[in-house]
Amino acid sequence: MQRYLLRRLVLAVITLLAVSLIIFILSRSAGDPVSLMLDEYSTQEDIDRMMAKLGTDKPYYQQYFIFLRDAVQGDLGVSIKEGRPVREVILDRLPATLYLGLTAFIVSLLVGIPLGILSSIKRGSLIDQVGKVVALMGQAAPPFWLGIMLIIFFAVSIRAFPTSGREDWNSIVLPAVTLGWYYAAANLRLVRSAMLDVLDSEYIKLARAKGVPYWGIVMKHAFRNALIPPLTFAGVTLGALVTGSLVVETVFAWPGLGKLAIDALYAFDYPLLQGVVVVFTLLYVLVAFAVDVLYAYIDPRIRYA
Amino acid sequence: MAVNSTTEILTPSSGGIMVKLAGAYRIFRRWPLIPVLLLALVLFAGIAAPLISPHDPNKQSLSERKLPPFWYEARTDVSVKTVVQRVLPGQDDQVSLADAQAVNPDVQIGDSIEFEDVTRAGGSSKYWLGTDQLGRDILSRIIYGARISLLAAAVTLGVGGSIGVLLGLIAGWYGGVVDEAVMRFVDILLAIPLVLIALAMVATLGTSLTIIVAVLTIFIWPRFARQLRGEVLQLKNMDFVALARVAGASTPRILFVHIFPGTINTLIVVATLQVGIVILLEATLSFLGAGVPPPTATWGGMVSDGRGHLAGGFETGSWWISTFPGVAIVLTVMSLNLFGDWLRDKLDPRLRQIE
Amino acid sequence: MTTDVATEREVVLRVNDLRTYFQTRWGTVKAVDGISFDLRRGETLGIVGESGSGKSVTMLSLMRLIPMPPGRIVSGSIELDGEDLLQLSDAEMNKVRGSKIALIIQDPMTSLNPVFTIGNQVSEAIRIHQDIPRRSIMEQALSVLQKVNIPAAETRMRDYPHQMSGGMRQRVVGAIGISCQPEVLIADEPTTSLDVTIQAQYLALLKELQRDSNVGLIFITHDFGIVAKMCDRVAVMYAGRIVEQGSVRDIFNNPSHPYTEALLASVPKMEEDVDRLYSIEGQPPTLHDLPAGCPFAPRCQYVMDRCREEYPDRISIREGHHASCWRLS
Repeated sequence: MQRYLLRRLVLAVITLLAVSLIIFILSRSAGDPVSLMLDEYSTQEDIDRMMAKLGTDKPYYQQYFIFLRDAVQGDLGVSIKEGRPVREVILDRLPATLYLGLTAFIVSLLVGIPLGILSSIKRGSLIDQVGKVVALMGQAAPPFWLGIMLIIFFAVSIRAFPTSGREDWNSIVLPAVTLGWYYAAANLRLVRSAMLDVLDSEYIKLARAKGVPYWGIVMKHAFRNALIPPLTFAGVTLGALVTGSLVVETVFAWPGLGKLAIDALYAFDYPLLQGVVVVFTLLYVLVAFAVDVLYAYIDPRIRYA
Repeated sequence: MAVNSTTEILTPSSGGIMVKLAGAYRIFRRWPLIPVLLLALVLFAGIAAPLISPHDPNKQSLSERKLPPFWYEARTDVSVKTVVQRVLPGQDDQVSLADAQAVNPDVQIGDSIEFEDVTRAGGSSKYWLGTDQLGRDILSRIIYGARISLLAAAVTLGVGGSIGVLLGLIAGWYGGVVDEAVMRFVDILLAIPLVLIALAMVATLGTSLTIIVAVLTIFIWPRFARQLRGEVLQLKNMDFVALARVAGASTPRILFVHIFPGTINTLIVVATLQVGIVILLEATLSFLGAGVPPPTATWGGMVSDGRGHLAGGFETGSWWISTFPGVAIVLTVMSLNLFGDWLRDKLDPRLRQIE
Repeated sequence: MTTDVATEREVVLRVNDLRTYFQTRWGTVKAVDGISFDLRRGETLGIVGESGSGKSVTMLSLMRLIPMPPGRIVSGSIELDGEDLLQLSDAEMNKVRGSKIALIIQDPMTSLNPVFTIGNQVSEAIRIHQDIPRRSIMEQALSVLQKVNIPAAETRMRDYPHQMSGGMRQRVVGAIGISCQPEVLIADEPTTSLDVTIQAQYLALLKELQRDSNVGLIFITHDFGIVAKMCDRVAVMYAGRIVEQGSVRDIFNNPSHPYTEALLASVPKMEEDVDRLYSIEGQPPTLHDLPAGCPFAPRCQYVMDRCREEYPDRISIREGHHASCWRLS
């Protein structure tokens, strides 16, 4: 167990380092930050002072370590557009993204898992057909289009929900459904196929031979095993959740990190964009690590490997 | 004997002619005809775009902006108006002499006549799916957009697939440190949120198809490498590999002549399912403005174009600008997924859990 | 233990004219087609046959674990202690399963749930069927594990299946079977995936458990060697029917159905020096297009015209030994 988790932790740290390195290389290849910040009237003295201040007079590897050290201390530079520290801007927006992400996650679980179980135990029934449509749409419909369709139907045509922003209590509904749909579809498919495999297994037969009642079979013996494949793929699906939040926040003008990143992209606010990318990656890596821990908890074969 | 003899009994033991016919019928019935036709259509559209598209996809027409799809009828509003020489702006109760004479040649200035105002133009067979906010033909743009999606998918899978196959073969064959190094690299790449990095890259390097394809390639090859490695691990201990070795075949020969053909089924299945993913990613980047730059028609970019013109919904909004390119994405990706699922069941049922 | 002793004992399970059919794309498959047998307390009945002969479907029918829809128990009765299991509701049947009639499943590697501890899985049936405090549940589970000779049973309770060897897992599966002191225990090829020494140990253990508890044991196998070691009586199945039934001694000394004869001939004997193993020509029939008459006819060396037209009657050879073959009439 410790070995497994240690391995995952090392992977998480290396992932973060890799992203930071990519960001660093990109930021330097974008041009010399000093020349971007000074004008033609600056003297050589100004340039030297600025370079010393930013650390660009040092070799690249040292600059990278400075960048890393600052990032670890929470110093992500200053946003060009807002003129405030990037950290502040990000902290302002973070709650909205977490709220949306968590709601979408809960929606996806509440839809995906029960539908997956019901589709597997009532194979070929109406609910299985409904599940198939949900899953097919979820995997084929890009969230940005799905969101726009929901806006057309539920916001501008029947006016049941606001089109954008985060003013009313029901503002969350459409973005959460849009974002949760893909993940719900993934859960549904994985739970369904895993349940079908598990229900066909020898240990289910033995459990039935013991006299375990039907729902005991489904919920105790089958369900926990059926959770393993969805968890194995949770890393991939969570990636979709992060990508999705960029898109969904843009579509619904949701004031979170995703929209912040896109705004920064359009405004050429490079420090802000790279800050958001780093924070997003951190979130992503943390969630993936939490999934690994949960995985070990559910599957003893991992725990004792 | 298996405990589950039900399945044993259900399997026909040997081929009576009726059993074979029944099997052939089942394959025919379950052959995903509609998805395959749709995919053929998309492929054809992408290749033959200049020949089949009814209009120039980038030709703007100020007088034909936001025209609805063909089935819309023009909406008119009848009211009594005064005929004047020239209508001043904001004077809804006046009509110009020229317009009035088109309806009734006898009218004079100062008359009051019943006049039909066109409050919204109708659709026509000139623009089957309507026009966008700049008066460009949506159908033509969807046809040209297929080119970008297909090009991105083809190049990404060609380059990314080759890299992935090569590294997968090497990792699986040599094992040990090489395997460990390649697979950890794969793990890291798969753990990085792709779209974010793509955004960061686009912000510094600018937008172009080359950059998009490069970014997508970097993130697609690990999926191939991982799958190939697993296959090689299974195949490399088989007798025919040992035989080839005894016969003195070189390592590259063993890898490409003896092992690689055994992985083709898996490869086809993985590739089919990855095409859908690449198309979705390309569309997402284009939607976010981090894809192929305008005015080039891309499905994702077109959906984005329509975002500002939804107000009014089905009543008065221009919903079709965003809707149709999205339908193209959905149908293409859904067809790919259905076809991929079918291939997987046919060629390699073991892959059932790969998403 | 001999047949004569066994006949004096009380019948615990009486199966009468059991028929289990499956609806398939190719028509109705009569997987079990009218079988009848009795089982007495303390007796071991072997059910022998090739793959597809219907022995495993018989086992599943006795437990009422036939997957439905495709399958259906069409007719017959399964009387356990005089109570017909086929008349019970699903909830009532759940109470019987695992407590009065229990199962030891074939493959020890896949028959334990990977995500629960051994203790949890062994105590589960006790928990379901016996209304006793938690503490005594665990004590009972422990004593069952000790009964099947699991070393250090107390610490093993906290282990997961993947931490145990195949032989140990098979013992655990056995422990689950006897955990509620059932009256009938069905063992479905419990030793096929074990190596020979462990197999022998396990069979001895089963025998011992049976002696202690006086349980009626049904042993499903294709291996006549095991039958000779384990069973008091034998039922030979072919194409969903019992073609011959009798005491082990009758079957071995006087096999009366050509199929039994062929099966016995195909068992390699240590004392004989054979150049090649005997095997039965042909394939078992596919059950969806059974020929009229005796299904063994196409493979039978004594086949007569009548065999292809009519299914043979059940003919008694002597008390407790009968077979279905026209050659006997």
